[in-house]
Amino acid sequence: MRKSTIAAWVVLLVLAAFPFIAGAMEIDFYVSVLRRVLIYAIAATSLNLILGYGGMVALGHAAFLGVGAYAVGILDAYGLQAAWLVWPAATVIAGALALLIGMVSLRTRGVYFIMITLAFAQMVYYVFISLREYGGEDGLNLYGYSLLPGVDLADSTSFYYVVLILFAIVMWAFGRLVNSRFGTALQGIRENESRMESLGYPVFRLKLVAFVISGAVAGLAGALLANHNLFISPSMMHWTQSANLLVMVLVGGIGLRYGGVVGAVVMLALEEILRMWTTYWHLPLGILLLCVVFGAPRGIAGLVAPRFGKSTVRETQS
Amino acid sequence: MTTAINPSVTLQATGLVRRFGALLATDHVSLSLVPGEIHALIGPNGAGKSTLIHLLSGTLSADEGTLVIDGTDVTRLNAHQRVAAGLSRSYQITNIFKSFSVLDNLLLAVQAHAGSSFRFWKSRSADRSLYDAAHALARQCAIAEDLLERSAATLPHGEQRKLEFALALAARPSVLLLDEPMAGMGPDETLRLTDLIESLRGQATMLLVEHDMQAVFRLADRISVLVYGRIVATGTPDEIRANPEVRKAYLGDEDSFVDSAVQSQEQVPC
Repeated sequence: MRKSTIAAWVVLLVLAAFPFIAGAMEIDFYVSVLRRVLIYAIAATSLNLILGYGGMVALGHAAFLGVGAYAVGILDAYGLQAAWLVWPAATVIAGALALLIGMVSLRTRGVYFIMITLAFAQMVYYVFISLREYGGEDGLNLYGYSLLPGVDLADSTSFYYVVLILFAIVMWAFGRLVNSRFGTALQGIRENESRMESLGYPVFRLKLVAFVISGAVAGLAGALLANHNLFISPSMMHWTQSANLLVMVLVGGIGLRYGGVVGAVVMLALEEILRMWTTYWHLPLGILLLCVVFGAPRGIAGLVAPRFGKSTVRETQS
Repeated sequence: MTTAINPSVTLQATGLVRRFGALLATDHVSLSLVPGEIHALIGPNGAGKSTLIHLLSGTLSADEGTLVIDGTDVTRLNAHQRVAAGLSRSYQITNIFKSFSVLDNLLLAVQAHAGSSFRFWKSRSADRSLYDAAHALARQCAIAEDLLERSAATLPHGEQRKLEFALALAARPSVLLLDEPMAGMGPDETLRLTDLIESLRGQATMLLVEHDMQAVFRLADRISVLVYGRIVATGTPDEIRANPEVRKAYLGDEDSFVDSAVQSQEQVPC
């Protein structure tokens, strides 16, 4: 087994043991904190697919997260709570939204792409503000958790394990995806889009599929977040939330397999810790961001990850 | 509008026009390549060679005219669809994946034409056939085995130009557009690349845009001369050498044109 595979299993085991450790140390509250971290890790990883692997700087990812959450919330308002139904629904609806947004926005590049994804996300944000019957600006409380046969999500630890299993599946699939033919083609597009086109790749379609997968997974994270908070509101899709996800990926490691995870852990842990000391926790966070940009341009995960996947550069001897 | 499809030509461009505002960059260009030939396109700077390459490869769309490749009308197809139709290009300014290894460059080029890239699960590194094809491509283009693991950015210019050529060749195109393949190369490297192109004679039909007249006159079966967006002459190297209109177009540059043409005549007995 490769070192990184062993490390991944160790982390997974620690995560699986965490509720017992927390129980023994009587810090049960942190099970729920870690659950939230894992949900954001899924969301940040989905963004990392298009941002880090596809080179698409999207500033509207919170829209997919929010739409996934609203799918759960609105279906809940109609009494539909079966997780096997509403979670896939959230995923599919977010993916469909990504398809619509991607079809338009992926025709642009660079700054225009940033602006147009931002514009779409703000449109979605205002649509949900105007939905009075679902709480409008004030948001909406859920009647209860989604229902899974045999598992009670109201139990904090059970819910934690459900999230952990989904997290593990997402990370596993993500690892497969980025090393598949599709993933390598995506990375080729990030490096040199015009050459990919002239090699004969259907660049637009490849980007669109990546965008849809990314949006759909963010929708799943949104469905989990709705359950975690038992509350949904348009503020979940505010553009600052999109920026937060973007910063998570940048801090964690753009284009690295565990970049989104590291970013979510670092950002949310800092938020949690700094808030104990000061309400002005954004300032130290900004300083951290500066340190990362200048000290570790490939992100925190980039400090340990090899520079070049498996085909490493050999230094020339001449 | 119907286009007469002639099976004995690999590429048939008919009446291609491209305007940039008031500038007629491509002025009713018609060009046909017969199977297996190396057809050189020469012309003074600003004659519209690059524009024509863009029109043929599909990165620019033509205002008028049609383009047929291997009997398929590709006029309305975009760049990557034209590659599937059998037309591949190389770039004047090296356009490779600089932060990837040389092998990864070749793998990407090969993968584009070996089945679908919409495979999401199976690891690419388990795909032996891709690696075999990439290594074969490296051998064909004389890229040394020990360079394959190096990052493409660290290659010397001449090797980068070979890689550029290899990426275009990976498509196994029926028409290969070579946009100044010798650009920026030293005399030795130019000679080696000329040999490489020579070795592919007959395997692909090539349209060679090149400033190096020695290479042009050594390689070309036929030459077309582009001046102010128009093709003023098409013919064998000998005919082009003797053509007064071509000499006029190269006026001011005439000596160098005639010199290199004569020089190449001495080297290669026709």
